[in-house]
Amino acid sequence: MIVLGIESSCDETAAAVVRNGHDVLSNVISSQMALHAGYGGVIPELAAREHLRNISPVVQEALAAAQLTIADISAIAVTSSPGLIPALLVGNAYAKGLAAAQGIPLIGINHFLAHIYGSFLGQPEILADRSSYPILALVVSGGHTAIVLIEADGSARILGSTLDDAAGEALDKAAKILGLGYPGGPVIDRIAKTGNPQAYAFPRGLTGAGGKAVKPEHRYDFSFSGVKTALLYAVKDKTLDEAGMADAVASYQEAVMEVLVSKAMTAASDFAAPLICCCGGVACNSRLRALMTKETARLGRRLLAAPPKFCTDNAAMVAGLGWHYLRKGLVDDLAMGVEARLNRSLGVLPFASG
Amino acid sequence: MQIRSHSEEETLNLGKALAELLCPGMVVALYGDLGAGKTALSRGVARGLGIAEPVTSPTFTVVQEYRTPGGIWFYHLDMYRITDEQAALAFGIEEYLFADNAIAVVEWPERIGGLLPPGAVLNITMTHAGENQRWLELPDDIGAHLATSQR
Repeated sequence: MIVLGIESSCDETAAAVVRNGHDVLSNVISSQMALHAGYGGVIPELAAREHLRNISPVVQEALAAAQLTIADISAIAVTSSPGLIPALLVGNAYAKGLAAAQGIPLIGINHFLAHIYGSFLGQPEILADRSSYPILALVVSGGHTAIVLIEADGSARILGSTLDDAAGEALDKAAKILGLGYPGGPVIDRIAKTGNPQAYAFPRGLTGAGGKAVKPEHRYDFSFSGVKTALLYAVKDKTLDEAGMADAVASYQEAVMEVLVSKAMTAASDFAAPLICCCGGVACNSRLRALMTKETARLGRRLLAAPPKFCTDNAAMVAGLGWHYLRKGLVDDLAMGVEARLNRSLGVLPFASG
Repeated sequence: MQIRSHSEEETLNLGKALAELLCPGMVVALYGDLGAGKTALSRGVARGLGIAEPVTSPTFTVVQEYRTPGGIWFYHLDMYRITDEQAALAFGIEEYLFADNAIAVVEWPERIGGLLPPGAVLNITMTHAGENQRWLELPDDIGAHLATSQR
């Protein structure tokens, strides 16, 4: 069965065609598409009306790239939460119209769960293998930072999440403070490579490292607003040369990544998770990948890091996850609504082994 | 007038006290640099409105919506990634700023100054006064209430 996925929850308009949940036939993202003459060359950072302009060409492109027509599509999966309501509505209205016109099922997708599913897109056998469970997922992006536990029967829960800023936001704001430009993630990653990560002792929020005891309920939670303020004051009134800048960046990145890794590893030990997956835009960070590789090896766990193209927002993860719901007959109707917030009770995932 | 907050916790409490003065339809325009404590004050407002769940930064999501126990909405907006008024209108900002069943707090409101509802805006500016201390610049009557709450 072939599913068309549509994603419009934030900045990107995206569409993808995926066969049987894992075979990605096409994966189109508006910002990466060759711009048509009418676009004027610039796609604003975030605009629901831009979604409206993009959505039809993006879907057409996804079908064309898969060498299919809409008649070949078995169902349409669309991100329905969480996200910016006006942006979500564009994708949902389009998906509903298309599903109704074609007489095919419509499936609403939770973007957060789709990110987790993105880690497994090329590797369905891991999900089918009972010995992979419970799976621990570290979801790290501009908008989310969370640790999720997925049991073999598919039941999933958020063990912890950020109490203030997301990890991706912490990187972006540091880049802003240091005058390195936007988006901050890639530039921080690059500059940090030449710096000394121990040059500055930045705080590790909610780890107890600063001598401040962590409440048991925050064992798997994160806080990144303190490290941002610490950076601000560490570089205040200073002119950093190239090496000094690299040291500040490397130390800051280390503070963020170390906390992500240590909390994920603590949770993996507590819940005896043999497999740890790492997904979301920040999962592209090379230092995070290196630290995760090292620590999972040390603890004898298996690491599954989402391929970079499935880390950032995309519709292949939406279509892929949609297939699993379709397979189980869990489809929605045209009365389906959109939801701005992430529902913290994740329910039972359709893709686990049980 | 200006009020000094001596800690993040005090900023949170000032936000709680501020919430007592807000009614549906109002928009708090919250100015201040990175790390000035805008999200901490917003979190305090949310707590004051009875919202118990984590109030996380809306920088990437642009808007975070919360339902208060009283049945109104609390919209926490962040225009940090929004370049100008056109971009804000493009995502439908009017839905959030002109809702009569909601209280909105807008961080980085300078990006969309012309779109704030006239007559319904409360301006607050936060500035650094040291690593933990912050100044809050706000209208006298509001400031007087908040200063009382600090004692």
